[in-house]
Amino acid sequence: MAIPYPLEFEAPVDAIEAQIAEIESAPDADADAAAPTPNLTKLRAKRDRELQKVYKELSPWDTVRVARHPKRPMFRDYIELICKDFVELHGDRCFGDDPAIVTGFARIGSTKCLLVGHHKGRDTQEKLACHFGCAHPEGYRKALAKMKLAEKFGLPIITFVDTPGAYPGLGAEERGQAEAIAVYLREMSRLNTPIFSIVIGEGGSGGALGIAVADKVAMLQHAWYSVISPEGCAAILWKTANEQTNQAAAVALNLTASDNKRLGIIDDVIPEPPGGAHRDPRAAAEAIEKWLAKVLPPLKRSKRENLPARRYTRFRKLGEFRETPPTPDPQTA
Amino acid sequence: MTQIRPPRTWSDVKPVRVTKIPEGLWLRCVACEQMIYRKQMEANLHVCPLCEHHYRISATQRVNQLLDDGSFEPMFENLETTDPLKFVDLKKYTDRLAAEQKRTGQPEGCQSGRGFIKGRAIMLCCLDLTFFMGTLSSVVGEKLTRAIELATDQDLPLIVVSCSGGARMQESGLSLMQMAKTSAALARFDDAGGLFISVLTDPTTGGVSASFAMLGDVIFAEPKALIGFAGPRVIKQTIRQDLPDGFQTSEFLLERGFVDRVVSRAQLRNEIGRVIDYAGK
Repeated sequence: MAIPYPLEFEAPVDAIEAQIAEIESAPDADADAAAPTPNLTKLRAKRDRELQKVYKELSPWDTVRVARHPKRPMFRDYIELICKDFVELHGDRCFGDDPAIVTGFARIGSTKCLLVGHHKGRDTQEKLACHFGCAHPEGYRKALAKMKLAEKFGLPIITFVDTPGAYPGLGAEERGQAEAIAVYLREMSRLNTPIFSIVIGEGGSGGALGIAVADKVAMLQHAWYSVISPEGCAAILWKTANEQTNQAAAVALNLTASDNKRLGIIDDVIPEPPGGAHRDPRAAAEAIEKWLAKVLPPLKRSKRENLPARRYTRFRKLGEFRETPPTPDPQTA
Repeated sequence: MTQIRPPRTWSDVKPVRVTKIPEGLWLRCVACEQMIYRKQMEANLHVCPLCEHHYRISATQRVNQLLDDGSFEPMFENLETTDPLKFVDLKKYTDRLAAEQKRTGQPEGCQSGRGFIKGRAIMLCCLDLTFFMGTLSSVVGEKLTRAIELATDQDLPLIVVSCSGGARMQESGLSLMQMAKTSAALARFDDAGGLFISVLTDPTTGGVSASFAMLGDVIFAEPKALIGFAGPRVIKQTIRQDLPDGFQTSEFLLERGFVDRVVSRAQLRNEIGRVIDYAGK
């Protein structure tokens, strides 16, 4: 089951873990398993310290690799960890049902809501069906249809972003990938119900933004969110994608959670447990729950018809440029 | 008729007498490979007089072609691109920008402002393919958004001529957000009952096609333009098979139901005028 996914920056941690495993598997370990040897406790503490240190100084490219870790919890895992009574809803009523986007009603604590998220798939078969989390137009149309439903019933919407990008393929183009995303962006901006987005893994380009036009946007600490994947960027601007150019592109793109927070693209960074969400999915889920508990109540209380205007203001101010005042305003002319 | 035999040895090759044709007076059409007279092609709105191939043109040329003579009133020209991310690939973003500005004589890849088409007042935005491949940057997004907002306030029909390689990578997440910003502004324009005519030209791809370009109330496309979300090369790499002929062209999109009309450049003014009249704007 274990897919080899070497992260060489974890080498010091691995070394300590090997020592721990050695002690634990020693024949006399069983004898006093209840009271671990002081050596073992010390080692475990050392490992945690080391993990914390390593993950604190992750380079942007290593962040991308952590975000793609095969054991990193996915949308369906979070549904199980956070929600009760999930009712999945399928189909866009036009063409089909895209498994790469999952939608459905759920309860988080006492709040009823609609969940929308990308799902990458766990095993090979599911991954292929989901196109590794790359959605087709029918996925976006399905999500929009369900969001309109949530609007009708006054349910808040929570979206989980985890996609390398929208799927580039024959069928996707034939069925209007561009149009599907464009319409989704426009309609999401004027939904009369609170929307929250969390980038839990990869936030690649328009495919990610497609479900992230929200009132509050957060990212997990080791997720990435950008206009293009580092490899794609390296292939175009550096003319070749290899380990070195990927690293450079990842740095240049400012794709980490803290970068996006600095640029005002996201509102909050949700801390992950030491060593990343894949080491402790439950803790990551709890952190997400905590964030939701913080942001949900105030927006739920605000008037629904004011929400689109507030959402517009949020996105309206994004973008960096310099405005030189002297030119006379032709508006007044 | 004398038959021309191919030379046998290098000593048979006679030096060709060079006739003096001024540089660039004639050119070979990239589509039909016929020799065409440049001035005739230019007078024909940069369309090949023989095969109707629509050449790519700059935003300035587009504005001049589309609007009534001298009616263009440029707006939002005081916005300057900065380098918020200090982006460096093989070259610095600021260096690339400066080079593009020097080459094209334009500050950014979008011209916006008010004007008239056949006497009808409109708000016009033209992306400039000659500048950074018409990519969507913060400034381009801001200019579009301001134009949309002004069109909303003054109840002007909005015309956007798109041609772009997508979002500008050098502004990363910020350029991505321009997609949301422009689309949200269009939602308000739509709520206010505005008329938005989107004109798609060769090429319209990526973040531009996946936002404002595909949101027109009426969508026109120039003949044989490349229009799609992902570029053909990316699709080819992903699915590892050749793409069918005519895939992602205007005609392909017309057949699939994603554009209203394929309109030749010569007819664009007429068609826009007609739609404005029908919408009662």
